[in-house]
Amino acid sequence: MSQLQAVNDFVVKFANVNGSGSASANKLFAQSILRMGVTATPRNIFPSNIQGLPTWYEVRISEKGYMGARGGTDLMVAMNPQTWDQDIKSIVPGGYLFYDSTRVIPPSKFRADVNVIGVPLTAICNAQYTLSRERQLFKNIIYVGALSALLDIDPDAIKGLLAEQFRGRDKLIQANYNALELGRDYALKNLACPIGLTVRRADQIGDRILFEGNAAAGLGAVYGGATVCAWYPITPSTSLAEGFTKYCEKFRKDKETGEKRYAIIQAEDELASIGMVIGAGWNGARAFTATSGPGISLMQEFLGLAYFAEIPAVLFDVQRAGPSTGMPTRTQQCDVLSAAYASHGDTKHILLFPEDPNECFVMGAQAFDLADRLQTPVFVMLDLDIGMNDRLCAPFKWDDTKRMDRGKVMTAAELDAGRDFGRYLDVDGDGIPYRTYPGTHPTKGSFFTRGTSRDRYARYTEEGAAYQDNMERLLKKFRTAATIVPPAIRRDAKDATKLGAIYFGSTAPAMDEAIDMLAATGIAIDALRIRAFPFGAEVETFIEEHDQVFVVEQNRDAQMRTLLINELEINPKKLQRVLHYDGSPITASFIAGAIEDTAASLKIVPLRKAVS
Amino acid sequence: MTFLPKPKLHHPKLAENGLGFTRRDYEGSISTLCAGCGHDSISAAIIHACFELDLPPHRIAKLSGIGCSSKTPTYFLGNSHGFNSVHGRMPSVLTGANLANRDLIYLGVSGDGDSASIGFGQFAHSIRRGVNMTYIVENNGVYGLTKGQFSATADKGAKSKKGVANNDEAIDLVAVALQLGATYVGRSFSGDKAQLIPLIKGALAHKGAAFIDCLSPCVTFNNHEGSTKSFDYVREHNAAVNFLDVIEGREEITADYPAGSVEIVRQHDGSLLKLRKLANDYDATDRIAAMNFLQQHHARGEIVTGLLYVDGESGDMHDLLGTAQHPLNGMNDDMLCPGSAALEKLNASLR
Repeated sequence: MSQLQAVNDFVVKFANVNGSGSASANKLFAQSILRMGVTATPRNIFPSNIQGLPTWYEVRISEKGYMGARGGTDLMVAMNPQTWDQDIKSIVPGGYLFYDSTRVIPPSKFRADVNVIGVPLTAICNAQYTLSRERQLFKNIIYVGALSALLDIDPDAIKGLLAEQFRGRDKLIQANYNALELGRDYALKNLACPIGLTVRRADQIGDRILFEGNAAAGLGAVYGGATVCAWYPITPSTSLAEGFTKYCEKFRKDKETGEKRYAIIQAEDELASIGMVIGAGWNGARAFTATSGPGISLMQEFLGLAYFAEIPAVLFDVQRAGPSTGMPTRTQQCDVLSAAYASHGDTKHILLFPEDPNECFVMGAQAFDLADRLQTPVFVMLDLDIGMNDRLCAPFKWDDTKRMDRGKVMTAAELDAGRDFGRYLDVDGDGIPYRTYPGTHPTKGSFFTRGTSRDRYARYTEEGAAYQDNMERLLKKFRTAATIVPPAIRRDAKDATKLGAIYFGSTAPAMDEAIDMLAATGIAIDALRIRAFPFGAEVETFIEEHDQVFVVEQNRDAQMRTLLINELEINPKKLQRVLHYDGSPITASFIAGAIEDTAASLKIVPLRKAVS
Repeated sequence: MTFLPKPKLHHPKLAENGLGFTRRDYEGSISTLCAGCGHDSISAAIIHACFELDLPPHRIAKLSGIGCSSKTPTYFLGNSHGFNSVHGRMPSVLTGANLANRDLIYLGVSGDGDSASIGFGQFAHSIRRGVNMTYIVENNGVYGLTKGQFSATADKGAKSKKGVANNDEAIDLVAVALQLGATYVGRSFSGDKAQLIPLIKGALAHKGAAFIDCLSPCVTFNNHEGSTKSFDYVREHNAAVNFLDVIEGREEITADYPAGSVEIVRQHDGSLLKLRKLANDYDATDRIAAMNFLQQHHARGEIVTGLLYVDGESGDMHDLLGTAQHPLNGMNDDMLCPGSAALEKLNASLR
């Protein structure tokens, strides 16, 4: 039988039962590879469940440093009898199956083209431990130990991680070492080690860190000066509010008095969450909510109010597949349109698209400056793939000389000096008016906040001309926004090409790899990563400079493509859809395949004529 | 409504309060509600209460939802920041505003549609969080701006102007507020200024969630025979339990009152509430008794008014959260940003 051979380039998938404590053991496995200087990218695939349903943990190991999902499994660690059949099926021919051989499994349950590695994990465990919880948890460490022998992972890397994890609790460290050795010993004595897949020390990691996007965004909110967080639990955004809470407790709680320089409210629903954020923003605090698509749907009315009343607000939307329960624990980029045009009336909102945890942090902080500067809601569009997975990324950096940009806020001194204050008066020509915080001055600068029915001085009016004047100014403000949001990043192919690809958010690592794959097949493609809406001039230029532009996104309806067509008046024929929306993270082979297919079919059509 | 502009001049001898403001400094623009609307009397009572309490107008934030009642913040406290938010959502906006700056006084104005129907949830949750606010519901039992539909506070069996009876049970916001832990609960009647003004003053001085249900007849859509929210009906069925005086500061109570006829409650800010009892068996500091009393009298068809419950030792949401005394909206970078050194340390733990 063939045996897959690969060094630092394979996919290991763990099939576990939710709630069995496997997650930390699996993370330990991934981290040990990182400690050996090799790129490892873990992804959780989990059900809408707390205990009992199947869960998977996939680790892609890549010599070239690719971090997108790859698809297919080279080594399956099958720890869940429920999903045995489907897990066996997903192994590539010549791949490996690692399983608990304590119970005899009939030969018909295996595949002839897969290499089987049996380790009697339960038997080893039961001989060693008596407590059921110990048996369960150490079983996970035992398989990590066995895998380390099979894949030639340095056991010291794992031990180092365990020592750090349980620092100060020596008994626990030793107990974990013992379990690790049990697994290693069994494998070394009874199995041919290593198998065809091995990890070899390299130097790819540098100073990069492994972190989760949601927690990074929560940390960004702390650095961005957010003081009010109002949220309602919803997968996959919950760990964002929890991350904010954690870092606030760490950094913002007075050591002596215990006083908190933040306030976090778990609201009764998403309507109340955004209401509180708007109330706090109106009153001069930096405030945010964390939610997902259904929450954005519930917040629509308030978002219109915030847009028209020009109140700063930050929303973290951790996107997931559509309604109700089940698929919502799967990733998508399906809220682009509902966020961009959220609410009733003519509205448009600022969107930011982070690609990884580092950008979740950066944009998580920057969103508050933009919201204050532009006096409007700002959405940070994460998704489950970056939000809830640990991902290797550049270390966090902060410039200590940086100060919060609170935007145009008129002070009591300025009012006393006789500055003209009109809440909706465009004094600088950028469409952004001045505001005052409530309580600023005894007789000057107060105003009544309403939706739309007011003039430049916030006086009540239902005059059509005043309404239109205000609407035009809001458009001007949006044009200003396009000049200050993070610009799209362009990366041109080595060879000149008329093909372009636009992508954003969590698609980035798969796209990087797809570009290399396409280059290998002779297709050169320039790439543009959109980081914000409204689009800067560079987006229009990029589309103009290419004959065909592929818009790669993770939703069914090509929402970013629609936004580009609508906002930039692009000929729809010029923008090709590349859509992945089955709930799994997009892969390089999917993107490259789709682009290759379309490119091939396009050559049949006299392309240049059709476009010009 | 009147179309006459409000004169800016006022009588030179108009009384000034402790801050040197006249009542006019607490007024807003001219009301656009129907002539005789109960809501205008409540606006006048708010103006009066703020004037008498010497509150700096700009230190008050007035927030409302949508509806006739929610339009009224335009008609009082013209030097205060105001926020006319969305229907039924004033409580969340007020909660957020309060989180941002605990130093201002928050006045939420709502109606029965706004608070008992679309905003019932937000009303309830703001009360149970103990938001430091004065929450007034101008309760007329109908939707005025959409021309006379029943609201959720309309009594079962009450007749609309068109003669249709309401079949649904009424929500008693006072009963709900008591149950959810409001620490100051009152009910009054827009037609009884003498009762209403001190109730509002007590609420403004109160720390915590202060709720006032103010019956405010709708002269256009709900003031007819068969209505249980009409001027006549409320007058006839009003069962006041006490009469409140708010005594500011810490002045001595010197007058002699017959035993059991007066109750003194000291509030958190030191203000004293003097309650002249009208119902001898009523104890305004006993929440459970208040709830029982309310239900018993409701069964008899009586509308119980007065200061129904007060907890002089109450705290608020910030106490529960442990928020810093310094308002969150006034914190600078040094107070909020942990800086690069902390980040470097964190980076090191993530490798």
